[in-house]
Amino acid sequence: MAEAGYIELAGVTKSFGPKHVLNGVTLSVPKGHSLVVIGGSGTGKSVMLKCILGLLHPDSGSIRIAGEEAVGLRGSARDEYLARFGMLFQGAALFDSLSVWENVAFGLIQGRHMARSRARDIAIEKLGQVGLTPDVGNLYPAELSGGMQKRVGLARAIAADPEIIFFDEPTTGLDPIMADVINNLIVDCVKRLGATTVSITHDMASARKIADDIAMIFKGEIVWQGPAKTIDTSGNPYVDQFIHGRAEGPIQMDVLKP
Amino acid sequence: MNILAHIGRATLALLEETGRVAIFLKDALLQGLTPKIFLRQILEQMMRIGYFSLPVVGLTAFFTGGALALQIYLGSSRFNAESLVASIVALGITRELGPVLAGLMVAGRVGASIAAELGTMRVTEQIDALVTLATNPFKYLVGPRIIAAVVTLPILVGIADIIGIMGGYIVGTRSIGLNGYAYIRNTADFLEIDDVTSGLIKAAVFGFIIAVMGCYHGFNSKGGAQGVGRATTNAVVSSAILILAANFALTSLLFAD
Ligand SMILES: Nc1ncnc2c1ncn2[C@@H]1O[C@H](COP(=O)(O)OP(=O)(O)OP(=O)(O)O)[C@@H](O)[C@H]1O
Ligand SMILES: [Mg+2]
Repeated sequence: MAEAGYIELAGVTKSFGPKHVLNGVTLSVPKGHSLVVIGGSGTGKSVMLKCILGLLHPDSGSIRIAGEEAVGLRGSARDEYLARFGMLFQGAALFDSLSVWENVAFGLIQGRHMARSRARDIAIEKLGQVGLTPDVGNLYPAELSGGMQKRVGLARAIAADPEIIFFDEPTTGLDPIMADVINNLIVDCVKRLGATTVSITHDMASARKIADDIAMIFKGEIVWQGPAKTIDTSGNPYVDQFIHGRAEGPIQMDVLKP
Repeated sequence: MNILAHIGRATLALLEETGRVAIFLKDALLQGLTPKIFLRQILEQMMRIGYFSLPVVGLTAFFTGGALALQIYLGSSRFNAESLVASIVALGITRELGPVLAGLMVAGRVGASIAAELGTMRVTEQIDALVTLATNPFKYLVGPRIIAAVVTLPILVGIADIIGIMGGYIVGTRSIGLNGYAYIRNTADFLEIDDVTSGLIKAAVFGFIIAVMGCYHGFNSKGGAQGVGRATTNAVVSSAILILAANFALTSLLFAD
């Protein structure tokens, strides 16, 4: 913990009524690093990203970006804060009243006041990077397959070259080859553009490929964080169970045995 | 005992909802109606709210004007029918029926569609996505709908006034057999500019109610398709009730002397 993280979470908690989702998440991502968060379904990974973005308000704890406290930002300070981020939503969350290219170009046109024709060219280029041809740009989100929607969401997240990018399950629903293309794209965002990224995935092959660091979340807490290389020798029983996909271990699934 | 508890709970729920609407209203006004203005969105909403409501509102006004003419004729003595029918149709349409019926029709048509659209955007995280793309949803979604509704409803009602009076004229001259020239002269004599403007002011207020209730219920919908359906119903019911209540308040305000 020598250098202070670019993204720093300390003791972040969040409950929905009686349901405690985050129970003090503490996490640190250095600038230009790629962190992958792994963990079971429903453990609060998406909620954590939404807290950082201010879409959900944490009940307590601190979230700092480049040393600046983010909890409780309002008005134009919040707009400036958000302009640094790109986010791929788990469900893509494309605007279904806009065409594909307008979706990708949205942040450029509305956020950065770029001319539509120029934004369109950039959108088409970003679509190319996620393996979609220019003619897809004129379709509407409802006309795309699930995997195509995901890739459009990805193109939209990276379109404005943000400093910080969150990918919520970027490869879920893609075939293995396309998944690898997307992995390369994420690596490229970090290496070439110098972005700091946090990705959520269940796909260990993807995690190994894109991660500098890996963190494991369980029951709303980070139970392990370390360099990606050490994931196989972490000695942490939660991590071992998760990466080997065993039903037996400290993580108990509440299922009824037949 | 049980009834008291029930009434108490209902009152509390109503107060809580009123508070939530008030907070939403504050955000809608302070964030949604201040720069930056999304002109493209405003024009698009004006088309959807105003232009596409024309057929519904026009038909409603036409038949109401016609029915009104018939009723007045049947209820009055044959004597003086010309001036009575023309004047009551003109006053009734411009002051009350034009704005109220147009408001209710638009609440059903547009209020429902605003709530359904924004509700779907909420549950599919599109509103969250807007925020992450550094776009304030109040400015991009709520503001344009309010502006469009407040601007287009008076125009719709103005057109409804004309069509409604025309409906009265057609029924009056064709089926009752009144003299057409006298009908028009009576209308012009009786109708004052205040009758029309009071109706247009009401229309602007109703437009505001429809847009705000549609946006409020859409923004706060949760839980998938069922939640969106509930939001749609609530948007229509609440704006209809508020329109009728506001109409009463505005009538007593505008015509008090
Ligand atoms: N808006 C909300 N209201 C109430 N509960 C919520 C809300 N959002 C999330 N939750 C609850 O929080 C918990 C964590 O949700 P979250 O979406 O973060 O899971 P996740 O770790 O991303 O899972 P997955 O891998 O399946 O996407 C879930 O139990 C969910 O029911
Ligand atoms: Mg999730």
